[in-house]
Amino acid sequence: MAVNYNAKEEADGHPSGGVGAAGGGAAGGVGKSRKPDNTAFKQQRLPAWQPILTAGTVLPAFFIIGLIFIPIGIGIFVTSNNIREYEIDYTGTDSSSPCNKCLNVSWNSTPPCTCTINFTLDRPFETNVFMYYGLSNFYQNHRRYVKSRDDSQLNGDNSSLINPSKECEPYRTSDNKPIAPCGAIANSMFNDTLELFRIDNDTRISIPLNKKGIAWWTDKNVKFRNPSGHTNNLTAIFQALDTTKPVNWPQPVYMLDTLEPDNNGFINEDFIVWMRTAALPTFRKLYRLIEKRDSLQPTLQAGTYSLDITYNYPVHSFDGRKRMILSTISWMGGKNPFLGIAYITVGSICFFLGVVLLVIHHKYGNRNTSADIPN
Amino acid sequence: MADPIRWARYRWQRLVSTEGRDGSSSSFSCDKCYQSSKMSGRHRIVIPCLGHFKEEYEKVSKLYMNNRIRTTKYTLFNFIPRNLFEQFHRAANLYFLFLVVLNWVPLVEAFQKEITMLPLVVVLTIIAIKDGLEDYSKYKLDKQINNLLTKVYSRQEKKYIDQCWKDVNVGDFIRLSCNEIIPADMVLLYSTDPDGICHIETASLDGETNLKQRQVVKGYTEQVSEIDPEKFSSRIECESPNNDLSRFRGFVEHSNKERVGLSRENLLLRGCTIRNTEAVVGIVVYAGHETKTMLNNSGPRYKRSKLERRVNTDVLWCVLLLILMCLIGAFGHGIWLSSYPEIPLFNVPEPDGKFTPPALAGFYMFWTMIILLQVLIPISLYVSIEVVKLGQIYLIQNDIDLYDEKTDSTIQCRALNIAEDLGQIQYIFSDKTGTLTENKMVFRRCSIAGQEYCHEENAKRLESYQEADSDEDLAGTLCGSLSRMPKKKVHSCRTASGPLNQLADGSSALGGEEGASDVPHSRHVAFSSPIETDVVPDAQLLEKFSQISSHSDALSEETDREPSLETVYIADFFLALAICNTVVVSAPNQPRQKMRLSSVGRMPIKSLEEIKQMFQRLSVRRLSSSPVPSAKESSSESPSTFVSKLSIFRVKLASPAMEGVAQMAKDPGASDSPKCPKHCDAGSSLKQSPISNLCYEAESPDEAALVHAAKAYKCTLQSRTPDQVTVDLAALGPLTFQLLHILPFDSVRKRMSVVVRHPLSNKVVVYTKGADSVIMDLLRAAPAELEQKNIKERTQKHLDDYARRGLRTLCIAKKVMSDEEYAEWLNSHFLAETSIDNKEELLLESAMKLETKLTLLGATGIEDRLQEGVPDTIEALRKAGIKIWMLTGDKQETAVNIACACRLLEPDDKIYTLKSLSKDACALLMNTILEDIQKTMYARKNHSSKIMSIFQAPSTQAPEFSASLVIDGKTLEYVLHESLQSIFLELTERCRAVVCCRATPLQKSEVVRLVRNKLKVMTLAIGDGANDVSMIQVADIGIGLSGQEGMQAVMASDFAISQFKHLSKLLLVHGHWCYTRLANMVLYFFYKNVAYVNLLFWYQFFCGFSGTSMTDYWVLIFFNLLFTSVPPIIYGILDKDISARILMQLPELYVTGQKSEVYSPPTFWITLLDAFYQSLVCFFVPYFTYRGSDIDVFSFGNPLNTAALFVILLHLLIESKTLTWIHVTIMIGSILFYFVFALTFGATCKTCNPPSNPYWTMEKHMTDPVFYLVCIITTSVALLPRYLFRVLQWTLFPSPVLKAKHLDRQTPKKQREVITKKDDRVGKCRMGFQSTSACSRSAEDTSSVRGSTDHSSYIPVSKTPFQTCPGGSSEQEASFISGLQDEFRDVNSLNCERAAFLNSSKEIYSETSGANNSCIDVPEFTFEKGNSDISLKNKAGLNCSLNDQDVLM
Repeated sequence: MAVNYNAKEEADGHPSGGVGAAGGGAAGGVGKSRKPDNTAFKQQRLPAWQPILTAGTVLPAFFIIGLIFIPIGIGIFVTSNNIREYEIDYTGTDSSSPCNKCLNVSWNSTPPCTCTINFTLDRPFETNVFMYYGLSNFYQNHRRYVKSRDDSQLNGDNSSLINPSKECEPYRTSDNKPIAPCGAIANSMFNDTLELFRIDNDTRISIPLNKKGIAWWTDKNVKFRNPSGHTNNLTAIFQALDTTKPVNWPQPVYMLDTLEPDNNGFINEDFIVWMRTAALPTFRKLYRLIEKRDSLQPTLQAGTYSLDITYNYPVHSFDGRKRMILSTISWMGGKNPFLGIAYITVGSICFFLGVVLLVIHHKYGNRNTSADIPN
Repeated sequence: MADPIRWARYRWQRLVSTEGRDGSSSSFSCDKCYQSSKMSGRHRIVIPCLGHFKEEYEKVSKLYMNNRIRTTKYTLFNFIPRNLFEQFHRAANLYFLFLVVLNWVPLVEAFQKEITMLPLVVVLTIIAIKDGLEDYSKYKLDKQINNLLTKVYSRQEKKYIDQCWKDVNVGDFIRLSCNEIIPADMVLLYSTDPDGICHIETASLDGETNLKQRQVVKGYTEQVSEIDPEKFSSRIECESPNNDLSRFRGFVEHSNKERVGLSRENLLLRGCTIRNTEAVVGIVVYAGHETKTMLNNSGPRYKRSKLERRVNTDVLWCVLLLILMCLIGAFGHGIWLSSYPEIPLFNVPEPDGKFTPPALAGFYMFWTMIILLQVLIPISLYVSIEVVKLGQIYLIQNDIDLYDEKTDSTIQCRALNIAEDLGQIQYIFSDKTGTLTENKMVFRRCSIAGQEYCHEENAKRLESYQEADSDEDLAGTLCGSLSRMPKKKVHSCRTASGPLNQLADGSSALGGEEGASDVPHSRHVAFSSPIETDVVPDAQLLEKFSQISSHSDALSEETDREPSLETVYIADFFLALAICNTVVVSAPNQPRQKMRLSSVGRMPIKSLEEIKQMFQRLSVRRLSSSPVPSAKESSSESPSTFVSKLSIFRVKLASPAMEGVAQMAKDPGASDSPKCPKHCDAGSSLKQSPISNLCYEAESPDEAALVHAAKAYKCTLQSRTPDQVTVDLAALGPLTFQLLHILPFDSVRKRMSVVVRHPLSNKVVVYTKGADSVIMDLLRAAPAELEQKNIKERTQKHLDDYARRGLRTLCIAKKVMSDEEYAEWLNSHFLAETSIDNKEELLLESAMKLETKLTLLGATGIEDRLQEGVPDTIEALRKAGIKIWMLTGDKQETAVNIACACRLLEPDDKIYTLKSLSKDACALLMNTILEDIQKTMYARKNHSSKIMSIFQAPSTQAPEFSASLVIDGKTLEYVLHESLQSIFLELTERCRAVVCCRATPLQKSEVVRLVRNKLKVMTLAIGDGANDVSMIQVADIGIGLSGQEGMQAVMASDFAISQFKHLSKLLLVHGHWCYTRLANMVLYFFYKNVAYVNLLFWYQFFCGFSGTSMTDYWVLIFFNLLFTSVPPIIYGILDKDISARILMQLPELYVTGQKSEVYSPPTFWITLLDAFYQSLVCFFVPYFTYRGSDIDVFSFGNPLNTAALFVILLHLLIESKTLTWIHVTIMIGSILFYFVFALTFGATCKTCNPPSNPYWTMEKHMTDPVFYLVCIITTSVALLPRYLFRVLQWTLFPSPVLKAKHLDRQTPKKQREVITKKDDRVGKCRMGFQSTSACSRSAEDTSSVRGSTDHSSYIPVSKTPFQTCPGGSSEQEASFISGLQDEFRDVNSLNCERAAFLNSSKEIYSETSGANNSCIDVPEFTFEKGNSDISLKNKAGLNCSLNDQDVLM
């Protein structure tokens, strides 16, 4: 049976005893009507745009999308097709390959295994040419690999040089000396040397390869910095900090480019490029620039070239592949027809759907509108 | 009938406790209870905090709490640990904690350790802030209460000094003045009232504003001067603190070891207010948290909504999905690792230089994946749901349509987390009285001695009231009547009505205000709006009644002379009306009389002769003296003496035969000692003017109505004390009846009786009033008395007639007892009262023994008017596919009639009545009905199977055939028996409406529970009284109506509204919105999380399942926390699929929520599929674009992330039904925030956040056209299917909701105005017409409603009222109909649209009345805007249909 004389709780969970009375008094004291404000927001009458997605209303959108996407797609596709690209796999897995002998090379084998591959460009490369090395099946995006670095060390922080981050383990110290640069990424740095020659009537003309300007400007100038010390001598600084080279490296970091001080140490651009870990297991990394020198002549004429490789980097163990890629570049980067095709396809689909919707609209749309609107 | 149950029980207990205190019996029982409590060791000793008890006091009081209260959960110091502890009780938070801990394990660490903590910390902080704020407001309130001042006796200063509540201790003496709040539970030791009573108001406890009396502990009553705490040398022993408000046991032990029992009547409860008593002194027995009020506070109810339960199951699915994905990751990683013959370069060894074997690495990877993909479990969803619900509740509470002007109250949402359940209700269980009806009882008719008195003038008066209804009620608000009124107003009234306390300073107020305030004061009290009070007497009856004055001695000599039997009957009838109740009389402006009266209240007893003589003398004198209404002071002299003598007279009247008993009862020390009326009876009677100043505080509206009716015949109840009732008869002057017993109402006996001693005949008379079914059986069955038999028959006929008119009927009977008979009964009754075991049963038995061989006097018919808008609401709710059950305590005829009136039962319904005497018969009957229904349905279905409805309600029956079921209370009992439940449910499922009559509160809740549990449906219970509380608590949603009957229902409810009609907007609009919004938001959250997390998952296929994320961790975490969290919340609060107007006009749209169409397993899985598709697109478009290039990890992640942001936000845009500036702002804000964050982070974070350092990534991309191209194409491809799907859905398969939205949009403004205008006019029309009887009113109501909302269904409904009452309503009706036809011109345009709309959706309204299809078609298809012959056609259609109706009828 219902309890007839039962004090229930107040709305706010507060005891009804004192509060009921006190609250009542307070409410009475204010003497304000509890009538809610008649505002558009509180009464949920805010002016609103109500999108109605019927065939009739969205028709134009589909056509417009189609009409915009198709030209864009064509533009991208054409641009992409105009890019000249040449690629050589020099891994040497094929026994006929000149580099086959170097296949089972290990780090720092002395003397270094070298091989030369000749190739022919059918058409000239007119603009600046970018020379890449490409690796396949190399998981630079492995979680533990990606984090095996110390950014503050690379930024020239002395304390991090002395005491690298734990993330670098097990490439943090070697013989109780801190490794500079520490970590697995640095340790596994790509160390093949590629040289390009044009063979003109059996003479090998060396093609000048620019090794600067291949890294992001901000990386080179802000993110990566050499440690500072009393002297400008990088060697002295690193030695003073008592660091050691990464295990796989033939020489310490301050000897990456002994010829040019602004490309040495942590700000060596090859190093910086390597340190920007690739997103996908098949990737390319910028190696050198071949700048156009003569406005009359193409950067790379059609003809026979030879690629000299100092084969140091072992990829065979994990079934990796090494490639050398020559490519020109456009406003949208390297050669990739996908985007253009995608735009064309989507544009066409939209256009097609527009037509379908037009049919639907004519067939069914009228029925609806006539039913909805009297007269 | 339902409400008396409540007060009867309360009264019963009061009476029991009052009488239990009498003399020796009370001390006996108290000793006993003390012993029993002592045995269990559960009692407390209260010792006054005074000198000679000091040591003992200090010893004892240390054990008891002081009066400081702390309702807060936390303190400043334990807030953080305790809050954390509370929060980690939630599974979701534990999951997060688990993830955090997991991330600290180096082997599986996926993110930086600190970053994983971020979501947890944010969630915990938000919740903690919310809890903290809540707690702080409680703290402030506590502080406010703790620092209230009260007067506490100080030992040092030997006087009462002001102290804070918190410093009050057990054993303190407290002195309270009028209108002060009681700070702690205390025993009343002194009252300025000479009778030792004190009035308290318990409004803050239970919302009841009628005053309750409390009694000074006996033995202290006689003290002339105020009690001196110094001299108080007794100790009090009482029970240990408990939460039983209706019980208090203990005793006072005086220094001489004499014990005096204490009862509930001596206890002043914390939180109540002292009223009408100048000052009281009490000793604190329970303080602070040990007070009964505080012990009655339980935590807020926590309900889980249906939607949330679904969410939980879907979260489990997400968990499964997560585990699956993690397993893929784990196996993938293991396989990937083992595919390498030797360790590859990029596989970094463990710090110790060793390599983990593939299997183990896979195992670790599983956990890493869980961390990485954790967002799949939408933890933020829980927080968002909370926030959205708060927002929704805020909007509901601010709906102006749910505001009731009359009571200045708007909807109260007491449960914050079940708003969306409002949109899914399938069954409504409604109380009748006070819920569907106004619970304003209006005396309509009576039948005395077999002669009916129609009270036509009264009916006319009521008609006129209807017109002025609103004005009146407005006036009513000016001086609040019940708890629904603002407190302030009640208070002001109270103070005005009890100025006796203000004598010292209030003389000016008395003089100044009185004249003006007299009249309104009479209305202050509950159940006393003018509609109820001003009864216009029936001329014929008045004439007969006034004859009494000519033979003024008729009454006194009734037994000897019998001047005219009928006259005696009439006089007795009105006396019974006036006496047989528990109404408390108060007159606002006679304070002085009371004082004086009291001072002479105990004069020496004179002989009976003397008093008789005096009575004669006085009545003569009174007749001669002229009323002096303005000069109270002067006129008060004589009446006071008069009354004082009357009171003596009363005491003296105790006949020798019952001397002993009387002695006991009248023992001056006993609590039952003569109490004076609150206000002077005699004084007011002397100067009584036509407008009486008396206030009747009735506990049920029926009582008030009857008393007011009696008053209209100049048979005025003047005063009532526990011992006497004074009735002022116009002809005879005031008669004081000695009140011997009140046998209160209870639901078993269904009647109440008073036993009085007639002052003139000096006989013991029993007046009984009760339900006709019981009274008729108790009548004196003397076959010889033909007259009486005749009366009985005729009265029964009248009663049946009343019931058919929907009136509440009561029979009035009396019985004259000889002193011997009475003494005999009294002895047995005394035994019953004094027994301890099964006292209640014995009392019941005793009462039954008394109430036999009654003489029927007559019967009354009281009208309980339907609330405004009830039929419309019920109509709308039914169209919404909700089944409505009416559960009432009323008798079947009344219930059915009200059900008809409010369109719960329709005239063309087939009504089955389930009424049987045994369980087997009941089962048989139900089977028969079921077969019959099936047969009929089968026949009809063949007839109309071709017509299908889109809006068809989920009910099983064909729409044109509707069966209704009426169940009797007794049968209900059988039906609820387990063996019959299933067949009963099967039966009710086929019925459109079910009416349960004579249902007890327990049965009500059982019915609700049965339907809810067995049918697995969403139920809503709505009621206003204490008898609905159990039902309200059982249902999924309980709605309390803050009406005439106190606050219990409101206190127990989830939502409290002030009018039944608000229910339609609450359910149809807010319920629909809340459900759709929340359901959509939940789906969106699932989508969002799955879509985003899958990006990470797809990447695992390209990083050797190593758990790399291509986005930097901050962006990853913030993506859910910041960039995409606000738009869905705004969407959840503000999205509006259809406007309120359309939702109200097309209740059929509610079905969406009932069927959980928006958020059901299919929609969930479709959403997940879409999420998978979108994530695939989002990943692989950038993948193919950047494949083979020199892109680095985070540069690859950036376009992915950006595209995902656009996809996710634009997806929301597609799903949004409305876009306001808020949406747009938030949306743009989110995108901007993302870019600003990414740019800032990219520019400043040189070496931070290793290893995922996003330095300059965004900047680089912002200058790269490919980035934009990728984002654009990704977004387009990802959203294309959903967009196309929506477009096709709109175009080809529009759901009702979409159609309604279209309609909504296309409705021109002008038409909108027309609708509102028309609604107003129809409303007015209705108001003016709402008059003669419930039934005819219902017919008009519905017709006008139909006219306003739905033309096609207007005509079938506008049939002639199924019951016409005399009073010339037919003419009015005719004019009404023609008026409506005029309206049609306005309605036209809308109707056309509606008709077309409904038609297009294959609506089958036109089938509702079967035969008259053709007629309906006319208005449907020929309406044209501006066409001049519309009305003609219209009329034709109308006439046609009306004819059809006639045929049908």
